[in-house]
Amino acid sequence: MKLTLRVWRQRAADTEGAMSTYEVDDISPDMSFLEMLDTLNEDLILRGEDPVAFDHDCREGICGACSLVINGDAHGPERTTTCQLHMRSFADGDTIDVEPWRASAFPVIKDLVVDRSAFDRIIQAGGYITAPTGSAPEAHATAVPKPDADLAFEHAECIGCGACVAACPNGAAMLFTSAKVNHLNVLPQGAPERETRVLDMVARMDEEGFGGCTLAGECATACPKGIPLVSITHMNKEWLRATRKAGKR
Amino acid sequence: MSTSSAYADYTTGDPVVDTKAPEGPIAERWDKRRFEAKLVNPANRRKHTVIVVGTGLAGGSAGATLAEQGYHVVQFCYQDSPRRAHSIAAQGGINAAKNYRNDGDSVHRLFYDTVKGGDFRARESNVHRLAQISVEIIDQCVAQGVPFAREYGGLLDTRSFGGVQVSRTFYARGQTGQQLLLGAYQALSRQIAAGNVEMHPRTEMLDLIVVDGRARGIVARDLITGKIDTYFADAVVLASGGYGNVFYLSTNAMNSNATAVWRAHRRGALFANPCFTQIHPTCIPRTGDHQSKLTLMSESLRNDGRIWVPKAKGDQRPPHEIPEDERDYYLERIYPSFGNLVPRDIASRAAKNVCDEGRGVGPGGQGVYLDFADAIERMGRAAVEAKYGNLFDMYQRITDEDPYRIPMRIYPAVHYTMGGLWVDYDLQTTVPGLFAIGEANFSDHGANRLGASALMQGLADGYFVLPATINDYLARHPRQDEVGPEHPLVQEVLAETEDRLHLLLAVDGDRTPDSFHRELGELMWEFCGMARTEGGLRKALERIPQIREEFWRRIKVPGTGEEFNQSLEKANRIVDYLELAELMCLDALHRAESCGGHFREESQTPDGEAEREDDTFSYAAAWEFTGTGTAPVLHKEDLVFEYVHPTQRSYA
Repeated sequence: MKLTLRVWRQRAADTEGAMSTYEVDDISPDMSFLEMLDTLNEDLILRGEDPVAFDHDCREGICGACSLVINGDAHGPERTTTCQLHMRSFADGDTIDVEPWRASAFPVIKDLVVDRSAFDRIIQAGGYITAPTGSAPEAHATAVPKPDADLAFEHAECIGCGACVAACPNGAAMLFTSAKVNHLNVLPQGAPERETRVLDMVARMDEEGFGGCTLAGECATACPKGIPLVSITHMNKEWLRATRKAGKR
Repeated sequence: MSTSSAYADYTTGDPVVDTKAPEGPIAERWDKRRFEAKLVNPANRRKHTVIVVGTGLAGGSAGATLAEQGYHVVQFCYQDSPRRAHSIAAQGGINAAKNYRNDGDSVHRLFYDTVKGGDFRARESNVHRLAQISVEIIDQCVAQGVPFAREYGGLLDTRSFGGVQVSRTFYARGQTGQQLLLGAYQALSRQIAAGNVEMHPRTEMLDLIVVDGRARGIVARDLITGKIDTYFADAVVLASGGYGNVFYLSTNAMNSNATAVWRAHRRGALFANPCFTQIHPTCIPRTGDHQSKLTLMSESLRNDGRIWVPKAKGDQRPPHEIPEDERDYYLERIYPSFGNLVPRDIASRAAKNVCDEGRGVGPGGQGVYLDFADAIERMGRAAVEAKYGNLFDMYQRITDEDPYRIPMRIYPAVHYTMGGLWVDYDLQTTVPGLFAIGEANFSDHGANRLGASALMQGLADGYFVLPATINDYLARHPRQDEVGPEHPLVQEVLAETEDRLHLLLAVDGDRTPDSFHRELGELMWEFCGMARTEGGLRKALERIPQIREEFWRRIKVPGTGEEFNQSLEKANRIVDYLELAELMCLDALHRAESCGGHFREESQTPDGEAEREDDTFSYAAAWEFTGTGTAPVLHKEDLVFEYVHPTQRSYA
């Protein structure tokens, strides 16, 4: 396959960026999208040009590092991560636009690499269960109904890639935050911190400069792990419940 | 420049005698060690700083636990977030001797299985402790909210894994590593928020600072600004993972690397059993030269999938046209009692053998079938989907073939490294104050790791072992003189690191970092991969210094050191691979026996099984660095088996 790439190039956080055009040839449909970019980078290095910087690591769809907007879609045309997108999803002769996540809470570091540390700070605000090592009761002391365990798992699958934010017209982080709130709040182990968790995480999310949610639903469409939109509704319910409870105290 | 033959002329130094493992009945040793270990008064702990490098299962759990105990932790990861460490990719599960199934499991059986699975090249005391701690890990993870798979009654589900006959593997669909890592990451996040952990993401350790014979800090580079800085502590913990990426193609993450352990080795830490690498049997075969990494599929697939190749060589028919009696279910044939569930090393080698015979399938004949047709007929498609759905999806996405209809094609790939920094019972290396945990050490798996045991070991080391043993070191070594950036030794280490990076940028040659990495990887796969021979290893030992020499002549790294520069990161890691690879080949050459993942063609039984030479090689080989390309010194730790008596492993 022969392709034309239009790639966002930005030397550093504080410099202006622009789209640059590159041609790549001999692309196999079996290559992953990132392997196609590897090919481009090998050429650029040998030509004495700066290769395109992009985040990537496991290349099997689980670490959440890769983060490209491809032809306007977070992670591209298939419902998967960029690293699991293969060139067979494109046609010979295509022109492909490659951009970084676009959100004010995710500033660009270089080219296609953005700073997603705001996500870490949302987790630090309450996305955990306080269970210091050594304090745990026997694992079977509390049975967890299978539907609850399965529901917790469904939300725990979030890989923290940030596609939800990139896809959202408002740059909101509701799907990410709700995934963690629901994972932990649905479990009996998470019950003691149920209210503080949702209140603190949502407050942190707002402080980080993510946009407000208007239930546009783009997040759930872009999510490579299929976190459902209803997750946000559940979190809103948890938040209202916690707010009412806090008011009573 | 020294030649390979000079490198191969290693000398043998003093044996490693003191492993610090207590004497007495094995089941009491861990209690005994914990009781004898000195403690640090809780009020004094905050005065101690501990550096932890890496945030995978071992590093994440260690950082969180040390901070909970009151230590000041300074932690590093090269990823943009501690949540992305490669432990996240582990799929299958985590072993624990809970015996919830009432199927005859026990701590002793897990201990026995692990020593036997490791082909009698692990230290009994450590392995027994691992088995003991396994049960606490599950409790800890459940308390953190790890959503393990459960039965309808609400209790935890388990499954069986390769090399064992009990069902002791706890799992969270095909994403167990992810869920366990997020548990540790969340515990770590809590400590970061509390101000007890100072977290440095996108920061890579480039050297170790040793002052007066003790590990006192590290040199690390901020990957965003390129700034190289020094960090100081009372102890340093390396949890930086394994070195499988020496092979270029492996199931490791692209940026997983050996720099932290290799630089520690250069500063005096012995490196043990570097040739013990695990080739995982169930990976997706490569499709072409563009391949950048290999993808593993959980070996839990072997619970229900049946592995086969055509009986006839060069049979080009599609799988559904090959009748049942023309198929060779070779694992079931050769190993009737374990069948498709033999340990990884055996399954991988068997796949290689049938492919070498010309019976492999798929492109280049480098593959075997993993067939779920019988499972789908027996359990129904829905049940197979519930159990393995995400793995099937992943396979389909990568290969564009539907595994519900067409048997999967699999081939072995480098997956895990059992070797690593030598550590004693306390997980301390030979550099006082330097500890190594998780895959970074050599400790528990001998010559072959059993499935679902890496997660167990990472969390055992991080949550329970290190936090108990590091107290003893810190209590016995109260704060000494402050070591700061102006210390002449520190200046020297820093200058060495800066010079190395400058040199990489200055060569301005005509070959990319990847081209060297690929060349080295192909060489290692051919001569130090699934089957090794004296001749092949000697060839590799001759070739590696040549590649190294060419590297420093022709490497091209664009950009500067004072910016985000992924090519520079890569090139600097390859510098270390080019040295470590040499030690791996030498270790493989010196160990003229077959054991576990190390198969020397010269040493096999008439049936083609690995033949150990216990009289000669029942030891861990701990190597001492003497200089790039110069012969290292071998220190042997004799392995004593008091409880599990070495026998020829039999899975027939």
